[in-house]
Amino acid sequence: MADEMKDMILEYVVEEYVDEDDDIEMDFDTPLISSGIVDSFSMVSLKVFLEKKCHVSLPDKEATPEAFDTVNKICELVRRFQA
Amino acid sequence: MSNIGSYEKRRENFSWDIAKEVLNWKEGEILNIGAMCSDRICAQGKGAKKALIWQGFGGKQKTYTFNDLKVLSNGYAKFLEDLGVNPGEKVCLFMDKIPALYISFLGVLKMGAVAQPLFSAFGDESLEVRLLSADTKVIFTTRKHVKKVRKIQDRLPALEKIVVVEGDPSKLKEGEIFFDVEAAPKVEEFSVYASGPDTPSVLHYTSGTTGQPKGAQHAHGSVWGQALTTSWVLDLRDDDIYWCTADPGWVTGTSYGIIGPWSLGVTQCVLDSGFTSAAWYQFIQNNKVSVWYSAPTAIRSLMRDGEELVKQYDLSSLRHLASVGEPLNAEAVIWSEKVYGLPFLDTFWQTETGSMMITNFPGMTIKPGSMGKPFPGIVAGILDLKTNEPVTEPGTVGLIAFRPGWPSMFREYVKQPDIYRSKFYGAADDAMPAELRVDESLWYISGDRASFDKDGYYWFVGRDDDVINTGGHLVGPFEIESALVEHEAIAEAAAIGKPDEVNMEVVKVFITLNPGFEPSDDLELNIMNFIRKRLSPLAMPQEIEYSEKLPKTRSGKILRRYLKAIEWGQEAGDLSTLEDD
Repeated sequence: MADEMKDMILEYVVEEYVDEDDDIEMDFDTPLISSGIVDSFSMVSLKVFLEKKCHVSLPDKEATPEAFDTVNKICELVRRFQA
Repeated sequence: MSNIGSYEKRRENFSWDIAKEVLNWKEGEILNIGAMCSDRICAQGKGAKKALIWQGFGGKQKTYTFNDLKVLSNGYAKFLEDLGVNPGEKVCLFMDKIPALYISFLGVLKMGAVAQPLFSAFGDESLEVRLLSADTKVIFTTRKHVKKVRKIQDRLPALEKIVVVEGDPSKLKEGEIFFDVEAAPKVEEFSVYASGPDTPSVLHYTSGTTGQPKGAQHAHGSVWGQALTTSWVLDLRDDDIYWCTADPGWVTGTSYGIIGPWSLGVTQCVLDSGFTSAAWYQFIQNNKVSVWYSAPTAIRSLMRDGEELVKQYDLSSLRHLASVGEPLNAEAVIWSEKVYGLPFLDTFWQTETGSMMITNFPGMTIKPGSMGKPFPGIVAGILDLKTNEPVTEPGTVGLIAFRPGWPSMFREYVKQPDIYRSKFYGAADDAMPAELRVDESLWYISGDRASFDKDGYYWFVGRDDDVINTGGHLVGPFEIESALVEHEAIAEAAAIGKPDEVNMEVVKVFITLNPGFEPSDDLELNIMNFIRKRLSPLAMPQEIEYSEKLPKTRSGKILRRYLKAIEWGQEAGDLSTLEDD
């Protein structure tokens, strides 16, 4: 289940934020915000995606650049609020 | 003792010629910003001094001296000359905050062309509108961003050259040029274009309520205002390490992220990586930043991450903090004084003004939440909302206005003299930009509302129009609405600014759907990403409200004003022109 969530988020990030010919190897620990792949304004659409697809409400206070910096960290955050 | 000393005395004995003294300027020197920020500093014996300390993603670092700036900007200038670019033609700089952006900016100016920096997060549609309007001849970009240029180049008849300044040259398409200035032969000497105070220099686009963004054209004479405000407000000194967090795609990033500090020969740092509070503090600690110029949105994000994080870093190098882009709330000023031991001083100015207009000064009593007082030499006023006459009663809310004539004032809106004229209250119907910008009997209307108190401090109230200020960046509702109705699902759209704790405002849109489409989570996300990619992440709606019908005037114009009033919990005002149900 956890891996399914990771796969879904990674797939979304690659599809929406990474161009086909960008030479970026993406995995669950690839920095997203601190690497500039996802800018801080675009985090909002990522947050909306997570809330809609994972049926969870993420408080703005918790949706920080640090918490959104990798797929693994995002999954941790989502699981915390799903619990 | 601060550079400004006594604010009151400076106001009494003010002349813009003081800027020449501050810069040690001699009559007869060429007034060219590109050379003033590089060659001139080298000629003062500071060629070996660090000019730029740059850090990119993954902690990658590079350092450039003023001599490096001189030689490398010469390289760009010569390259452009060899390409056949003429003085006055527009060269767009479309890249992230990499060293090439800063150095090519100087090179463009040195050979007399106009530098048109654009925010690299702009999508292809935002880029197209601005390049088309400016008749841009050459674009400098990177491999990451050239893809957006390729999508629109066929619709840009004036664009002759696409130049990629870094990356792998083998990935270029036919007709594109690769130019890595650091790998090219060094150009030790270059004959700088003999520009004057009114020679066009920098072109920044700014959004309005109606129509597409307007190009605010600046001139080389702006340096007097930028250098003097940098000295007196940012208080920069020769041994400072300065950090302006703004992107040169916006005016702060050029006026105070390039021209101000470098014309004074001050070392500056640039961090080109995504925002996290920890990374910012680490950057200040590592580089011993002493003067920090940032934005309320960033400050509020730092506040959100709390005081404990601050304690993990040595920020003792900081001695002066300032803020720009949107009103700085009192809580942020108080918080910064508590955790950094220094208040952030708010500064107010605009793309059009080119330099700071109303600010808090070092040494002045700070009233948290206030914009401060007019810069010496700036005649500011609050104009009555109905009569446009100056108000005299403290606390009266009106339009912030300035008497024309300061050196950094924009010279025109590209190809739009009527809109330029409309910014001046009292202007004759046939007055041209060259007359308007020096006529001290007029008022330049800023488009913002404020009041002043009995002590002469100004207090920001809000915009006087529908322009959305999100994270310190102005976004035009018309641009968003035009893009939205290009989405297959959307029939009509209205965009407004919605209050936001961190960004001041964020974009909210109201839409009606075309037949065959229904509201859904997937559609909402699709619309958000559609706008993000076409325009920019700043323009992306953070809330979408579906509606059966949008409120309109009897002539069919959508009433954004009404929607905004409802959103902000305000009186909707006169609705007599509202369309009947």
